[in-house]
Amino acid sequence: MNLAARSVTVTRGTATLVRDLSLALEGGTFLGLLGPNGAGKTSLMRVLAGLEAPASGHVFYDGRAAAEIGRRGLGRTIAYLPQDGRIHWPLPVEEVVALGRLPHGSAAVDEAARRAMAAAGVEALARRSADTLSGGERARVLLARALAVEAPILLADEPSAALDPLHQLEVMALLRDTARRGAVVVAVLHDLTLAGRFCDRLALMKDGRLLAEGTAAQVLDDAHLAEAFGVDAVRLTHVGEMVVLPWSRRG
Amino acid sequence: MPSRVVLGLGLVVLVLFCASVAVGYAPLDLGAAFGDLLAGRQSLSALVLSELRLPRAILGGAVGFSLGITGAALQGLMRNPLADPGVVGVSGAAALGAVIAFYFGFSASFALALPLGGLMGAAAATAVLLALAARGAGTVMLILAGVALSSLAGALTALALNLAPSPYAALELVFWLMGSLADRSLVHVALALPFMAVGWVLVLATGPALDALTLGEDAAESLGFPLRRVRLLVIGGTAAAVGASVAVAGAIGFVGLVVPHLVRPLVGHRPGRLLAASGLAGAALTLGADIVVRLVPTRPELQLGVVTALIGAPFFLFLLARLRGVES
Repeated sequence: MNLAARSVTVTRGTATLVRDLSLALEGGTFLGLLGPNGAGKTSLMRVLAGLEAPASGHVFYDGRAAAEIGRRGLGRTIAYLPQDGRIHWPLPVEEVVALGRLPHGSAAVDEAARRAMAAAGVEALARRSADTLSGGERARVLLARALAVEAPILLADEPSAALDPLHQLEVMALLRDTARRGAVVVAVLHDLTLAGRFCDRLALMKDGRLLAEGTAAQVLDDAHLAEAFGVDAVRLTHVGEMVVLPWSRRG
Repeated sequence: MPSRVVLGLGLVVLVLFCASVAVGYAPLDLGAAFGDLLAGRQSLSALVLSELRLPRAILGGAVGFSLGITGAALQGLMRNPLADPGVVGVSGAAALGAVIAFYFGFSASFALALPLGGLMGAAAATAVLLALAARGAGTVMLILAGVALSSLAGALTALALNLAPSPYAALELVFWLMGSLADRSLVHVALALPFMAVGWVLVLATGPALDALTLGEDAAESLGFPLRRVRLLVIGGTAAAVGASVAVAGAIGFVGLVVPHLVRPLVGHRPGRLLAASGLAGAALTLGADIVVRLVPTRPELQLGVVTALIGAPFFLFLLARLRGVES
């Protein structure tokens, strides 16, 4: 699968949320999408997910536009994990995860749903009612729901935001593994070190524009961090990998 | 398991339907009545059966099913357990249509003017809602439009009462508005049932989409359910089923609000599975309340809408006190 955005602009009323942004991603790539609050990350994710048509520009899935594939087909092509996911009715966890099977015709708790629960480490919660979960448990259940789609594209908006350190590491490894198995994975992230360690590529947004795109070393340099976030960062090396800690307001 | 729930509720509805046919003010030999009816003999008992008992029981079941299934669908669409078929404004508009038919004297010259007026009122409100939905209005926008339509219809209904030519006319209007299944004929059934059936089919088609909406609107859409279409189906289906219900039976409150809550634990809280089960439970509750209406020896007869609200409102308070997990 190949996911491409060409000159995508997203507007809401008079505000421009994403400006003339282009990206091309091959299957097997894990892209970390970074940027300060309000940079347009979620707007870009919704356009990539086909939930919103861009004001101008195009998104292509293996060269085909969303309209060509249709909403049903997109359901099987893209798994989308929204930010602040809620579970509105107290369903058992396994049934929540199995909702990810709906694009394939039925929400039965099948092998794919069980695989997804195992991958996200929520098997033990299978029979629990969704309203008894902690924030971190719910985040992992919702990630399992997205994995259960078994789509060639996985778009996850802040999948690690509510998680404790161990589960952050596990979720990042899980997203990387999903990409290793051939999927295009895009995740909105705020932890620069985790993004640098686990992602194949990073994209840094600011004010709706793509400020930088490339490897962690290319994207997370002082100039980019200062321009995007207005911070000075500490950079260390541990077992050969880069640790980036935002340290102080710039200047 | 859920199919067992549906079967069980279906059995309850069947029993209550038979009880509803068996209960009435005049003693009736049901066996003879059915025999006469099937043989085409115009006996008094056959007439009582075909003109009074059967229409009343059929409408009780159909109106209750409409209220139950649409209440469940709206609560699923809005992911809000306080939604009720009345919120889309079609009930108020149907009531207004009937009141207009009554007020201008059409109903005096032509008995079916009331339900026809109700259907026209419902159709007008539905047209407004569907036009908004087709322009891409969100769920909250549609519900607010429904509330506005409801208020307008309520105000115009109050105006009609205010200007009623005589206190008797006003009283008759008020009684009609309370909701009842008394003295309805098979013509009423023929008038309302097709619209209700269309509504049920539209709403039932949204089952998987309502399940997906458990995860919110973006996630549901990403699972392949275009929300615009889901809204059209739920709002259109509700308008057809509830509009027709109000047109023939007046406003029967609380069934659509309370029944989904009662049934939800039985179907594991799945919004899609809830639809049919809630419809059947609505039918059972309405048939049961209509039996109570006829067994309680008051004159004038208690209005069905009064009884459902009397049972429903306190029960709803009780449910709210024990409800968990909806505020998170």
